[in-house]
Amino acid sequence: MSDPVSALPGARYTGYVTVAEAGVQGMITLRGDPSADALRRALRAAIGADMPDRRRIVAGTAGAVAWMSPDEVLILLPHGEAARVVAQMQAALAGEHALVVDVSDARAMFTLRGKGSGADVREVLAKLCPVDLAPAALPAGEVRRTRAAQAAVAFWIDAAGVAHLICFRSVAQYVFDLISLSARPGAEAGLFPDP
Amino acid sequence: MSHRLPSGGRLIDRATTLGFTFNGRRLKGYGGDTLASALLGNDRMLVGRSFKYHRPRGIVASGPEEPNALVGLGQGARFEPNQRATTTDLFADLVAQSQNHWPSLDFDIGALNGLMSRFLSAGFYYKTFIHPRAFWKHLFEPTIRHSAGLGRPTSEPDADRYEHLYAFADVLVIGGGIAGLQAARTAAESGARVMIWEQSAHWGGRAPVDDPDVEGMPPDDWISATLHWLRAQPNVTLRSRTMGAGVYDHGYALGYERVTDHLPGLDAPRHRLWRVRAGRIITATGAIERPLSFAGNDVPGVMLAGAVRDYVVNFGVAPGRRTVIVTNNDDAYRTAITLHSAGLEVAAVIDARARATGDLPQRARSLGIRVMTGRAIARVRGGGRVTGVDICQHTGTGAAGALIACDAVAMSGGWSPVVHLWSHCGGKLIWDAGAALFRPDPARAPTGADGAAFVAAAGAANGVMRGAALLADARAAAAGGDAPAPEPEAITPVWIMPAAAGPGLRAKMWLDFQNDVKVSDVQQAAREGYVSVEHAKRYTTLGMATDQGKLGNINGLAVLSDAQGAPIPDVGTTTFRPPYTPISMGAIAGEARGDVFQPLRRTPMHDWHAAHGADWEPAGQWRRPYCYLRPGEARNDAVAREILAVRGGVGLIDASTLGKIIVKGPDAGRFLDMLYTNMMSNLAPGKCRYGLMCSENGFLIDDGVVARIDEDTWLCHTTTGGADRIHAHMEDWLQCEWFDWRVYTANVTEQFAQIAVAGPKARDLLQALGGLDVSSGALPFMSWAGGRLAGIPLRAYRISFSGELSYELATPAGHGLALWRALVDAGQDLGVIAYGTEAMHVMRAEKGFIMIGDETDGTVIPQDLGLGWAISRKKADYIGKRAQERAHMTDPDRWKLVGLQTLDGSVLPEGAYAVTDARNANGQVVTEGRVTSTCHSPTFDRGIAMGLVRHGPDRMGEVLRFNRVDGTTVEARIVDPCLYDPKGGRQDV
Repeated sequence: MSDPVSALPGARYTGYVTVAEAGVQGMITLRGDPSADALRRALRAAIGADMPDRRRIVAGTAGAVAWMSPDEVLILLPHGEAARVVAQMQAALAGEHALVVDVSDARAMFTLRGKGSGADVREVLAKLCPVDLAPAALPAGEVRRTRAAQAAVAFWIDAAGVAHLICFRSVAQYVFDLISLSARPGAEAGLFPDP
Repeated sequence: MSHRLPSGGRLIDRATTLGFTFNGRRLKGYGGDTLASALLGNDRMLVGRSFKYHRPRGIVASGPEEPNALVGLGQGARFEPNQRATTTDLFADLVAQSQNHWPSLDFDIGALNGLMSRFLSAGFYYKTFIHPRAFWKHLFEPTIRHSAGLGRPTSEPDADRYEHLYAFADVLVIGGGIAGLQAARTAAESGARVMIWEQSAHWGGRAPVDDPDVEGMPPDDWISATLHWLRAQPNVTLRSRTMGAGVYDHGYALGYERVTDHLPGLDAPRHRLWRVRAGRIITATGAIERPLSFAGNDVPGVMLAGAVRDYVVNFGVAPGRRTVIVTNNDDAYRTAITLHSAGLEVAAVIDARARATGDLPQRARSLGIRVMTGRAIARVRGGGRVTGVDICQHTGTGAAGALIACDAVAMSGGWSPVVHLWSHCGGKLIWDAGAALFRPDPARAPTGADGAAFVAAAGAANGVMRGAALLADARAAAAGGDAPAPEPEAITPVWIMPAAAGPGLRAKMWLDFQNDVKVSDVQQAAREGYVSVEHAKRYTTLGMATDQGKLGNINGLAVLSDAQGAPIPDVGTTTFRPPYTPISMGAIAGEARGDVFQPLRRTPMHDWHAAHGADWEPAGQWRRPYCYLRPGEARNDAVAREILAVRGGVGLIDASTLGKIIVKGPDAGRFLDMLYTNMMSNLAPGKCRYGLMCSENGFLIDDGVVARIDEDTWLCHTTTGGADRIHAHMEDWLQCEWFDWRVYTANVTEQFAQIAVAGPKARDLLQALGGLDVSSGALPFMSWAGGRLAGIPLRAYRISFSGELSYELATPAGHGLALWRALVDAGQDLGVIAYGTEAMHVMRAEKGFIMIGDETDGTVIPQDLGLGWAISRKKADYIGKRAQERAHMTDPDRWKLVGLQTLDGSVLPEGAYAVTDARNANGQVVTEGRVTSTCHSPTFDRGIAMGLVRHGPDRMGEVLRFNRVDGTTVEARIVDPCLYDPKGGRQDV
């Protein structure tokens, strides 16, 4: 059998920010009542993480969980683990009103890496996303679902100032091209000071 | 003569000489010049021609209000028309040319229009080109279009790149004069996140030219100290060369940053559009000086008084050697004093007021400048250039007295606050009769979602022109509270000069320099009954040029109010709309051009299709192969080849774009029974069923196959275009209407690559891959099974849109290309081919299957399409059921679906109507049907079609006439829509 292929294997552009496709990434959509014990137990058993607070992403022992909406989270884990964890969680949640579905292949993921603390990464995203990217308004570990120009995306910025951006697989090339264009040298706007 | 002074010019660097080209002539300027100041420094006063009469036009202003000095800038792919010389920073080797002249700027044939001005008065076009009617389309409009417009755009693609930038602020200050700087400082001191924009390259506005000091400091020192402080604050963002273009609801504002206009060719975005949300917006946009309306006020050499001193102080350029100043206020005396201090001759100050006793007039007199009060300019002498002015009594009719020779006239009719940005989002104005200006009415500010004002005006933009009062006003705008009342302006309104001027002079008083609108035109509009200022504007074209009346509008409406005998505030202003000055199309488009003009969605097999001759068809934002062209093959031939290959063997189509939505939960069955017209709750796990979805109004909106995955999970297939729309439709009903139903949905469209394997040899092909049992016993028609083929995980759905034995294989997208390749490789012996959307369309038409968007158009219900079998009669309700019971929906006269076959075998035209011999009350042909799908069928080797026909199913065998574009008709017989394998044996084997 063949290995699964990501949307843009190896795609990479280095401008004043470097954008790179992150390869295959396991993703599971979990919908349910986030306060329900069964859901929390299933999540903890599956990846060792607690339910994230509103708009947060939290790391577990075997993956991470990102808040998506009041009744939906996105579980991030190694691609090869997704099918097994979906089955495990579906079994754990049998009889509960919850939805566990593998969406690993429906998405593409990119990382945006800058030179300093991430001020340049925030600026490149601000060219495409109508989001207040000031560090005080969007601290590390906070997830935003928004758009990049004309495509739906979600992203968060980690403690190292690296942005992780998820879009639908079909628009991966468009999103990659958009970010590359916005990161082209000469387009530095100096929106955020780099302390 | 306009000329460069031997010294001075606070913004220029005389050590940096810049060569540039204007109308092919090589000229020189200095670093820091604008194109306008450099042209004046080279005695190039004449810079263009007006729009209507092609009158010679000189530089009037020094900023964005300039109506005349519009040039074509750059060359080739970087050429841009209508660029204002006054806001264009000079750079080395700049190339500019004047506009609206032929054959040359100095000798222009269009100027003959000026001789015709008696006949080209207000409303000329409306009155002249009405009769005869046919002439408009064939003669008048083409001729007018030929002469319309100023600059001509280049035909080459723009060589530059552009971008947007989203930003947020608590307080956005628009305008970087001393009021804006003070407001920004006050706001920043409170801890707010502050952004401040200045349209020019220089901070401080007019203060360095006009004010002796700011808070006891030389203005330049105050400005640099304030800038120094602001730049040190982490909560302040300063942008120069960034114009506030528009203010919109909810604190949204657009800023137009000209990043590299002054550094062309630099590898950087040329313009950046700032898209900002601000908690509050402070408009510190300054004021614009008004011209005075005297005869010949458009002759090159007549300039705004403020601009004259700008050129002297900022650029060391004098518009003339001997200048006459004409005014109705004290401020213009600053120009007299500035010129005198620079060693230039001031011939006289002509002051329309009876007395001028303020400090500035007295200082002018003490310098020995001749001040003539109660006087006016009767007319300006000179054609291409001012040579002198005739002086008269201001209160009289213009009987000329003394002639004063001069080569420049500096005029000032007072200052109008720039209220544009205040007004964009609904801010209202009050007329301040004492100061003769419209100012923002703080009681009627633009309001936000909470009902509170979100825009405040500060400084000159608020009618507070200078000094301590201006700074206090700026602090109040930023911090709240009231500012002390400013000193009243020393001004007497003058709208026509001289006051009792007769028709001959009024026809030479320009209000709008670019569009050639004169006092006489506005008065004529009033006489002809144009009461509304908006109507008078459109009738006369006052303020409709590229400068949008920044100089002329207030004067024009004052003339209108005088002609109507109505007070100025009753006449009101025209509407202020964004952008403040024109912004580039590139800035508006931002990144959206070329490859990223819009998202182009690709399936996992996209590149394979491209490498195998895909002739693409857009399907929403997807691209799907219409057919696969082999070398030398025509489209029709490719489609026919693909269809025959499927019908005779096996073919593959990439169906990944089909929508796939998971619906799960204890109430999922009940939910789907409401969503679809037929039953889905009783579908057994492992089975598939075709379903229809209707809107609340009963109209068919989508169709597709539903597969039951397990006890409480269903997978709904939608059309390609319906994936997002139907998912939203589901969530709408779940979130807004049936919020207590326990159902979750997930749109998994992109999780799966989907491949339809169709044709009598489809099973052979899958068996060649090995794995999943795809025999008719294990996987009968309208069922599904999960497993592996060639080791690739997938689900196989036994469903058919082609009428052939068919499997749709869904595999995780990351395996899509591998599965496709495996099928192509394993199918070589079976003659497998890839087929495109057109082959799919034709095959489904041969089967009589409907297509959403062909057979449906938002007005069609399932009953129209003979789909009654897919409407459950057992269910109490489904979305659309009640609507379908309305009288119009059950009308037996509704057009219904039938097949159509031309008697001559030709292909019916798309959308053709079945015509009758009857005519309706309007004399139109009565129709009784229309074509919904039509194509050539390679299977039957003839044209086939479907259509909606009145009483169609009851009229089998009847022949109808369908119209063609060439006016003839073609006959077609009503037949059953399903032509191919009506019993369905081929798909169920």
